Amino acid sequence: MIVFRYDKTFEGLLTAVFDAYFRKTFPERLLGADDIEPMFADENFAVITQPDKAARVWKSLEKKLSPGACNMLTYVWLSEEEGSDELLFQYIRKTVDSKRSIETNFADEVVLKVHKLAMKVSKERLRMIQFVRFQKAADDIFFAPIAPDHNCLPLVIDHFKDRFADQKWILYDTKRDYGFYYDLKTVTEMTLETSALFPEGKLDETLMAEDEKLFQQLWKTYFKSMTIKERINPKLHRQLLPKRYWKYLTEKQ
Amino acid sequence: MNEAILEKLKVLAESAKYDVSCASSGTTRKNIPGGIGNAEGWGICHSFTEDGRCVSLLKIMLTNYCIYDCAYCINRRSNDLPRATFSVSELVELTIEFYRRNYIEGLFLSSGVVRNPDYTMERLVRAIKDLRTVHRFNGYIHMKSIPGASEQLVHEAGLYADRLSVNVEIPTEQNLKLLAPEKDHASVYKPMSFIQQGVLESKEERRKFRSAPRFAPAGQSTQMIVGATDESDKQILYTSAALYQRPSMKRVYYSGFIPVNSYDNRLPALKQPPLVRENRLYQADWLMRFYEFKVDEIVDDRYPDLDLEIDPKLSWALRHPEVFPVDINKADYSLILRIPGIGVKSAKLIVMSRRYGKITGSALKKMGVVMKKAQYFITCNELLVHTVHEASPEYVRKVLTEKKLSKSKLIDQQQLSLIFD
Ligand code: SF4
Repeated sequence: MIVFRYDKTFEGLLTAVFDAYFRKTFPERLLGADDIEPMFADENFAVITQPDKAARVWKSLEKKLSPGACNMLTYVWLSEEEGSDELLFQYIRKTVDSKRSIETNFADEVVLKVHKLAMKVSKERLRMIQFVRFQKAADDIFFAPIAPDHNCLPLVIDHFKDRFADQKWILYDTKRDYGFYYDLKTVTEMTLETSALFPEGKLDETLMAEDEKLFQQLWKTYFKSMTIKERINPKLHRQLLPKRYWKYLTEKQ
Repeated sequence: MNEAILEKLKVLAESAKYDVSCASSGTTRKNIPGGIGNAEGWGICHSFTEDGRCVSLLKIMLTNYCIYDCAYCINRRSNDLPRATFSVSELVELTIEFYRRNYIEGLFLSSGVVRNPDYTMERLVRAIKDLRTVHRFNGYIHMKSIPGASEQLVHEAGLYADRLSVNVEIPTEQNLKLLAPEKDHASVYKPMSFIQQGVLESKEERRKFRSAPRFAPAGQSTQMIVGATDESDKQILYTSAALYQRPSMKRVYYSGFIPVNSYDNRLPALKQPPLVRENRLYQADWLMRFYEFKVDEIVDDRYPDLDLEIDPKLSWALRHPEVFPVDINKADYSLILRIPGIGVKSAKLIVMSRRYGKITGSALKKMGVVMKKAQYFITCNELLVHTVHEASPEYVRKVLTEKKLSKSKLIDQQQLSLIFD
């Protein structure tokens, strides 16, 4: 078995593709630096991430694939799902080896898998747009903590930047402990020093803007009164509004 | 803003909630410098109520006082319930502050009728004009036009609203008059054609001058109450089909009648709203809008009501076994769409993928085709079970409706999805 080790970055993955074609040996497994060696590894190659190699691979992909399919690859990467890097590797290899784009051949298992995983991330991206809740802090920054399954906050920055152009905001991924801060001009990546500011997903009351509590209450009241009792359907409710997001949903707190 | 607003919000939301439409789709608009908000084109639901309905817009009445006495409405004047009225500034602040917290996509504003239709309409228009022009609110606005409102006010409303709606409520005029004596079809259909006209004129204008104002860019919608009166599904769906003839009509909503005024003996005594029927109507509506079905293929004099047990597409297929089996690897897209168990998404995947080679049964499954249903209606590379001919439509129907034993479960499943599988 041939094993490649790389730094678990997207650039690293693309470099691995480059090296594989250069060496003409293709890995069956892609491992991180500290992953345990599989039992039957005959060859172990360490990839050294190189931006120029990565860029060349990406460029050739862009030539062969539609922008939509290239996007899909990014989405799959951000899925952070076990084995998604190996899946991407297979997909890229198929693309490189084929004369025409394989992207619409959904009868091919790898193509379909990539498509499905990208859809999954895209679905959660949409859920971020739906379910993120801002709380106004005393310093006029609108703060939204959230814990997505996939690393999809980078995919919603543009949406929020356009929509809430005239308010400062922070989108914060509590699971990966990083976020994005918009200061009315640009968005920058950031990490908070402590998560004690928002126990249980809620901003500490001493940090809230003056009328924040009232608006949260108003929203909860509104949400409650919208329910039509004759039609209550808890199963459907949970399916549409998955429980794992409730912690950060004002109306469910 | 203070605590007193809480009570008002509660009263006016309770009063508005029975209108089922909540879509925020149909307009794509970037934010403007110094403005707040944009519109995404596809509707975004920000939450879901415990009955599983999408919360996209702040659905609220400006007032729930009403001089009319429509039998199906909780706000009718003869009901003794808490009444309230928002001031324009209260409404504006609520909308904007909710929007800034990403609770909503925008506003869905309606109102009871106070004094007369035009007086009411004017107040609604003032509120949305304020939002747009003074506060530069750029999110989505849906405004319910008051039945009987004048052309001029409808026109003004269209300048600020993304979508306008006038509810048909009851498909036949006779029944409408029975339940809502102050209304007639003219009071509904006239404003509808004002909207249609406004949309067309603005399109024409904008072709000449790109800066000409947009008029209700997301078109109009309407709603019919199902089960409050004795109309058949055929009457309802023919009404919808006629409404969809207007290019500006984007959505017809169906609202299973909720017996809010059970004391009124003009209304049927229902234990539960007719949710299964409502769902079947939505499916039939989808068939007309996305599956290239004509209304008379779905309901006709022989079958004036939809089958509650099976979805209308399967029902059509079982009535037309001569169309099947369809060859997955050769048939046109529109024919593939007609196969039970295949939705729009999988039909598209099939048509794209088969250019690379023959499609097998297991590939179909992975593309999301519900083989349990589809197997009787297709041929692909391999031999499958019996086709609908060999097995007979009666048998297929029996097999596909088995298991659904308990009624509550049936309803559960129906509510789960509007989409076919
Ligand atoms: S006019 Fe509207 S608010 Fe008034 S009773 Fe009729 S349906 Fe209800």
